[in-house]
Amino acid sequence: MSSPAPAPLRIGCAAGFSGDRTDAAGPVVDALVAAGGPSFLIFETLAERTLALAQLARRVDPDRGYEPLLDELLRPVLARCLANGIRIVSNFGAANPRGAARRIAALAAELGVAAPRIAVVEGDDVGAAEQRPLLREALRGSADLEAVVSTMVCANAYLGADAIADALLAGADIVVTGRVADPSLTVGPALAHFGWRRDDWDRLARATMAGHLLECGAQVTGGYYADPGYKDVPGLARVGYPIAEIDADGHCTIAKPPGTGGRIDAHTVKEQLLYEVHDPAAYLTPDVVADLSEARVVELGPDRVRVEGVRGHPRPATLKVNVFCERGWLAEGEISYAGPRAEARARLAADVLRERLGALAPLRVDLIGVASILGDDAGAYLSARAPGEGRDVRLRVAALHADKATAERLAREVTALYTCGPAGGGGVRTALRQRLSTHSCFVPRDGVTARFAMMGTA
Amino acid sequence: MTSRTVPLYRAAHGRTGDKGNRSNISVIAWHPALWPLLVEQVTEARVAAQFAHRRPSRVTRHLLPNLEAMNFVLDDVLDGGVNDALNLDSHGKALAFLLLDLDITVPEALARHLVGAEPDSFPPEPWRHA
Repeated sequence: MSSPAPAPLRIGCAAGFSGDRTDAAGPVVDALVAAGGPSFLIFETLAERTLALAQLARRVDPDRGYEPLLDELLRPVLARCLANGIRIVSNFGAANPRGAARRIAALAAELGVAAPRIAVVEGDDVGAAEQRPLLREALRGSADLEAVVSTMVCANAYLGADAIADALLAGADIVVTGRVADPSLTVGPALAHFGWRRDDWDRLARATMAGHLLECGAQVTGGYYADPGYKDVPGLARVGYPIAEIDADGHCTIAKPPGTGGRIDAHTVKEQLLYEVHDPAAYLTPDVVADLSEARVVELGPDRVRVEGVRGHPRPATLKVNVFCERGWLAEGEISYAGPRAEARARLAADVLRERLGALAPLRVDLIGVASILGDDAGAYLSARAPGEGRDVRLRVAALHADKATAERLAREVTALYTCGPAGGGGVRTALRQRLSTHSCFVPRDGVTARFAMMGTA
Repeated sequence: MTSRTVPLYRAAHGRTGDKGNRSNISVIAWHPALWPLLVEQVTEARVAAQFAHRRPSRVTRHLLPNLEAMNFVLDDVLDGGVNDALNLDSHGKALAFLLLDLDITVPEALARHLVGAEPDSFPPEPWRHA
């Protein structure tokens, strides 16, 4: 008689970006507690741009720079996770992992629970002066190297799972990171739990794809999927967030908490499996090169899908670094026209703005309700469409300018359409936002030192 | 054999992802029987033409036969990407629906596998939610 398979490792994901629902974790934690066995809760809250915004926030206030919704995300579930041995791993440290760790320690104290062991993972920040030569070398060949260096807001390497796993093996209840590759939030717990070798490429690749499926939260459970009449999703308003059951070989089954809305089937899983993938034979992460070209998905039953056939190859010799730079100001303005000849009036308003502002900056024009987001900044898509009879059209214009005052003027010109533009325009909204540009490059792995530190419990 | 022309979204579904100035769009067959039609008709050239106004510098199609899926990678179609484009949708998240608007020709014998036409054609599996 064969012995029963060991209990799987369960990893639930309760956030897929900064700004995700803050009530997602409750049902996930309920399900993890009910299942028993080893389990983790992860929050992925650090999109490309989020970290640069966090860095700007930290400039204003050195205590900030971590996930602004940290309290809202953790408060509902922190005590229950700690009481049930559910460990938490998240990149919500953003630009200030130590600040986040201090806040979590304070939150635990407020909740009256025993102080958790909190580890921070550091080393992703490669923007310091002593690493400038490394960055310059990596950016060599980019035309605007000096401009990039002089306007840099931050530079962060995508760290892998090793330091997360090390922190967990050292006994951390909570691991707070800055920039790590999103799937590494899942690979770290799997590495620590199963004790795989760190060159066990197939298992690392399978766990990486489990992490890839989890990292956008509800995007694998029916979120971002529904298309009425074609792709129907029950209970979308209470969509459940995913739980991956990972076996000792790294294979995963995607499930969600009972009683929640959403849908998990072969199709929802395939969509997310290919999300943000380029060559499926070489999905690059700091941990492994995953090959999903032969992957299969198997529907095991209602809302349960297993992924098989993922293989791995040795990890890349370099780490990806994103450099963010200040890039002036984005000015946007909108005004609506409705009723007879609305589209003609909106088009005239666009012509007025082009004539008055065209010399200041390239102006993007959208006619929302006629042609907008499928179009291009240069306007080829819009100009290829003959004027029509749109009866509910919102004009939007956008432009970028290095000078804030000029950008403000661009936005004001839209407001002036109230009295100076075509008849019947209403509902003006304008916005001015600081713009950041991204430059990606690659640095040698040994130029970056990922490490963890266990925070004091005082 | 007779055939009919239908929008691709009746034969396949998909999702857009973005990294930098590069977009990827999956095209996933609703039924294995439809997969060969996708391979034959949803080509790099047709996708490049559909996105001509976005001026792709390169369009690459990757096939995943086990998933009855293909992944299109479109280089330089995002006007610089999420931090640089003036588009409201600077990620290009809506672009999958531009691709799924292509036409494909489906033999009548396979038309029963298309979604969106007959109310009972979806959901097919017994455990799917009503």
